[in-house]
Amino acid sequence: MNVFKKIWRWFDDRSGITENIVPLIKHPVPPDSKWAYVFGSATLFCFILQVVTGIGLAFLYQPSSEEAYKSLVFITHQAKLGRLLRGIHYFGASGMIILAGIHMLRVYITASYKYPREMSWISGIFLLFFTIMMGFTGQLLRWDSNGVWSSVVAAQQLGRVPLIGKYLARLLIGGDTIGGQSLSRFFAMHVFIFPGLIFLFVGYHLYLVFRNGISEPPRAGHMIDPATYRRWYKNMLKEKGVPFWPNAAWRDAIFSSCIILIIIVLAFVFGPPELTEPPDPSLVHTTPRPDWFLLPVFALFALMPPKIESYIIFIGPILTIIFLLAFPFISNKGERSPLKRPWAVFGGICVVVFVLSLLMIGEQSPWSPNFATQGITVNGIGLKKQSAEIQQGVQLFYAKGCQYCHSIKQYGGKTGPDLTTVGRRITPDQITMRIVNGSNDMPAYGGMLKKEELQALVAFLSSQK
Amino acid sequence: MSYETNKEISRRKFLMKVGVGIGSVAAAAVAIPVIGALLAPLLEKKQQVWRTVGKLDDFTIGGTTLVKFLNVDPVQYAGVTAKTAAWLRRDSDNRFTAFAANCTHLGCPVRWEQNAQLFMCPCHGGVYYKDGSVAAGPPPKELTQYPVRIYNGEVQILTSPLPITNINASHT
Repeated sequence: MNVFKKIWRWFDDRSGITENIVPLIKHPVPPDSKWAYVFGSATLFCFILQVVTGIGLAFLYQPSSEEAYKSLVFITHQAKLGRLLRGIHYFGASGMIILAGIHMLRVYITASYKYPREMSWISGIFLLFFTIMMGFTGQLLRWDSNGVWSSVVAAQQLGRVPLIGKYLARLLIGGDTIGGQSLSRFFAMHVFIFPGLIFLFVGYHLYLVFRNGISEPPRAGHMIDPATYRRWYKNMLKEKGVPFWPNAAWRDAIFSSCIILIIIVLAFVFGPPELTEPPDPSLVHTTPRPDWFLLPVFALFALMPPKIESYIIFIGPILTIIFLLAFPFISNKGERSPLKRPWAVFGGICVVVFVLSLLMIGEQSPWSPNFATQGITVNGIGLKKQSAEIQQGVQLFYAKGCQYCHSIKQYGGKTGPDLTTVGRRITPDQITMRIVNGSNDMPAYGGMLKKEELQALVAFLSSQK
Repeated sequence: MSYETNKEISRRKFLMKVGVGIGSVAAAAVAIPVIGALLAPLLEKKQQVWRTVGKLDDFTIGGTTLVKFLNVDPVQYAGVTAKTAAWLRRDSDNRFTAFAANCTHLGCPVRWEQNAQLFMCPCHGGVYYKDGSVAAGPPPKELTQYPVRIYNGEVQILTSPLPITNINASHT
């Protein structure tokens, strides 16, 4: 027996690898659990990727309100491979959120949250929440103007909590105002608190896989009965089970590796999101926007009826979490096959369509004034030889801010109706009324326009046919 | 085990209780300063101070200007985050109004559009008139105002907490 074998035997005997660890790796799994089962492990590998690249970034990052932005500029534009490292961390975060979402959707579609795996679902909901918090606090750590204003927005949301809202907001930003203490708190959350919680809950989530086994692919007509399920599952594994390693694990390994390679390629090609302005709260000419994964929430805030919004900001997240946690208690037995649960599948599809629609409209954010729009000229919109009054109207259309929200041809914002053919749709009197009185979504310009200015604007708009 | 007397069992129970007790004291002693660091922002009472934002003559009557000032007592490492901006409007010879730059909807920075005479928010399309009242969009209340005064020919703003809209703010 050679010396390495001897060393291994000694190590194995004292550590119990063969005795305790190998059975875990080789634990039997249902034979037909195939590609649908790779998303959970891929989420975990993304998390590991985030830990590793996060440590890399920590070598370069300065967690101080004063210096963080400068170190971000350094990481992005100067540090060797810093741009790639930041890019991987960014796309890794995106990957982790997408995969966690797909994993959750798969568990929902196949009703794997039913008996005896209720706690897997519940710990999974917590993990999803922690992952989103990681994404949000990570965006703050960039500590550019986007980071600063996003933390103000978060403080405002916490402020809607009845009675203690003001104190929660103050706890979040670490004082009465944004300042030196703010970033330290976000750093503690992003680097210690939430990763710690994720480690803890991932450990529990994985332990439950050994305790209850992974759910077998559902078969229509096969009912889950808590009285007999465990015995049935045990017998099924005894008869048909295959060892997780290597029979099932190779799919996880291939899929996760491909995901990580895709993330690295995306990071290399596209790089991390560009930094916005420095974190100076007195620079007000900035347009804060969250990273893509929070755009649905951003869109919801713009589109919700303002009358109920303050209440929804407070109670919406609580209801959502309670609703998600309630799934296994609403139904933990019976059918698991999506073919026999058409309404559950329909509900799931509705939620996915809802979130994706919010994401897409959030990407366009038509409710935001288009501050970048350029003044239209008479020629630019195809009007020639117009009267001086109409030409003055064109100038005013831009100067008075109309064009931030209304478009004529392709020029202008999308907040209000397109006015390209407004002269065809309503009369000059109606146009005057709207300008003077405004509406819920438009300022009343009555007090802000001189009589001849109003006439010029109306003359110009009426000519748009 | 069968040799154990009742005395020995009650002794072990007692020692177990002592162990748990001492452990709890140790855990509490560690937790108090950690929770203190977490809750520090609530425990410290911040003063407010008047900050000069310009001379009286710097501001034209009817004009609205962006002014910047230092927060009260910022930490050494705050850098540029120690600053706050406000929109200062000179209403008359000796009357000023200072508006917080934060939209009351979700806190984004509103900008003053001089020609349109409106404050506009880039985030969700909130708009305010020149007096700070809501003109359009989702904001539930008018722009917050900071206390402002004229002192020795200078205009001063009182440093104030970040305005936080609470759930009861009525929608206009």
